Amino acid sequence: MTSGAQTEEVAARPTPPQRVLPTAVVALLVAVLCALAAGLALWSLHRMLEPPAGVDALLVALALVALLPLVPAVRAFGDDRRRARHLAAGRLAPARHEAASGREHAHTAMGYALAVLVCAGLVWFTTANDGAITTTFLRWEFLRSSFANVLDAFWINVEVAVGAQLLVLVVGLVVAVMRLLPGRAGRPLRWLAIAYVDTFRAIPSIITLYLVGFGLKLAQVPFFKDLSPVWLAIIALTLTYSSYVAEVYRAGIESIHPSQWAASRSLGLSYGMTLRTVIVPQAVRRIVPPLLNDFIGLQKDTALIGVMGVTDAFAQSRLTASNVFNLTPVIVVAVLFVLITIPQARYVDRLLAKEQIRTGRS
Amino acid sequence: MTFLEIHDVHKSYGEHEVLRGVSLEVAKHEVVCLIGASGSGKSTLLRCINALEPIQSGEIRVAGDVVSGLGVDVNRLRRNVGMVFQSYNLFPHMSVLRNVTLAPVRVGGRSRAEAEEQALALLDRVGMKDKAGAYPDALSGGQQQRVAIVRALASDPQVLLLDEITAALDPELVGDVLAIVRELAQDGLTMLLATHEMGFARDVASQVCFLHEGRILERGTPAQIFEDPQEDRTRQFLARVLASGRL
Ligand SMILES: Nc1ncnc2c1ncn2[C@@H]1O[C@H](COP(=O)(O)OP(=O)(O)OP(=O)(O)O)[C@@H](O)[C@H]1O
Ligand SMILES: [Mg+2]
Repeated sequence: MTSGAQTEEVAARPTPPQRVLPTAVVALLVAVLCALAAGLALWSLHRMLEPPAGVDALLVALALVALLPLVPAVRAFGDDRRRARHLAAGRLAPARHEAASGREHAHTAMGYALAVLVCAGLVWFTTANDGAITTTFLRWEFLRSSFANVLDAFWINVEVAVGAQLLVLVVGLVVAVMRLLPGRAGRPLRWLAIAYVDTFRAIPSIITLYLVGFGLKLAQVPFFKDLSPVWLAIIALTLTYSSYVAEVYRAGIESIHPSQWAASRSLGLSYGMTLRTVIVPQAVRRIVPPLLNDFIGLQKDTALIGVMGVTDAFAQSRLTASNVFNLTPVIVVAVLFVLITIPQARYVDRLLAKEQIRTGRS
Repeated sequence: MTFLEIHDVHKSYGEHEVLRGVSLEVAKHEVVCLIGASGSGKSTLLRCINALEPIQSGEIRVAGDVVSGLGVDVNRLRRNVGMVFQSYNLFPHMSVLRNVTLAPVRVGGRSRAEAEEQALALLDRVGMKDKAGAYPDALSGGQQQRVAIVRALASDPQVLLLDEITAALDPELVGDVLAIVRELAQDGLTMLLATHEMGFARDVASQVCFLHEGRILERGTPAQIFEDPQEDRTRQFLARVLASGRL
């Protein structure tokens, strides 16, 4: 009886649709203001660059993009009108639907408009002080003249990075396995591994580079004294980054549940075989993201190999920059580093996604 | 002939003595069920037999050979002793077929083709042949446990240790898995199993052992243990099990 009455009461007074108009008005205002700001920023960029027609067309296109947030803002008003119509006719569910869609549109407009505002701010910053910032960091002619030089030198960075990364993968794993060796027999090796990690993780890589780069030559260490500076750089970075990566491996190996060890050992697989076929393959999948982090760190640290007298991209760009009193060549190096990093990040994302699909794990 | 001999085994974790002198003989083709309250040491005993845990004193013999203590080739022992776990413990990065063929190929030294042929035959027996290419995470608990049994069988063990293999399963999946164990028992496979499924223990066991606080308090045929228990503890335990509707 009572519950029946309650249901009726609820049915008689369902929740009304939310209001849309205030949000829509705010969204429209924000979108308009942000578009204006973007227009002003682009205008001052145009005045500063006095660019050729092609670039001007690009600026116009950007201005049009800055207007895009107006589209959802206007649609929010359309939704509001339909909401009112449904509400007047007593159709509550459709009215609620339109209200939700209207607020979603308004929020979208504000989100995109704020993004436009941030970009406009950046553009405005580059044109500030009568474009002094831009002329210091970005000048077409220096960009063109230094690009080939810097790119040439950048191959040394790539060479060092790839060489060190390959070595780090192996050395890091060896150190990690040493650190995980069981029993009394494994103790000295465990200690060695710990000492190594503690030491080289603490020393700034620029110091390791310096010591390896000059020290091994100075001391006439056999074999090492005949190595090219590029190889010495690879060795120094391997020393530093193997200590990081060993810890990544160890965390990955220890994160595999002990029941996997039990299952594998109970099948008669030896310690080493279990590590190789059961534990490490599972650990590797988990450590790919942190590994990529360390690899990107390593890539960036190749910009330090200038201290051992190798002319890498950064050293080259500084040379050029001091010749022309302009930092554009250095910006070129920075952009090159970004360009090689992004594909790696996306590749790892794809790898993980594919892996997930293959093993059906969510 | 006694195939598995456990003599006065003591096992502690630190201060905590989990097994306090367990002795047990299992003859070939026998099926022995370990029952007892949670924490009584059933899993620990099975893990000790498989040398997954070292024991402090006592002796374990498989086929007449001492397999506890120093200097034992545990990998060879484990080829004779298969184990199935409560939580399946399949290798998630390998397909069902690779899970099953791993030990025969890597440890048994069989060719991949031969191992796969045998694996598929075994999978077929438990109704999992069409899932040979699937990964464990795409299988139900019951399916995973059936694969885990096949994985243990693929090494042709002389004795199979089963640790509450249905405890993690939904009730409607328990039957499938138990049916397989029942079939293995009929084929004459020697098995030692910890279980909470008393009805099943009564059906398949040739011997039931009641474990209490690290000791085998009472042992006998299912009829003796379930119909006419001598010890008070056994009676209390069975009464509790009965009350929870598992007998
Ligand atoms: N790795 C370990 N370290 C310390 N104590 C442990 C360890 N494994 C088990 N124990 C202890 O040993 C005792 C027996 O555990 P065990 O797993 O053998 O019981 P069980 O009879 O299998 O119980 P259940 O029916 O719940 O599986 C418990 O008190 C437990 O806390
Ligand atoms: Mg247990």
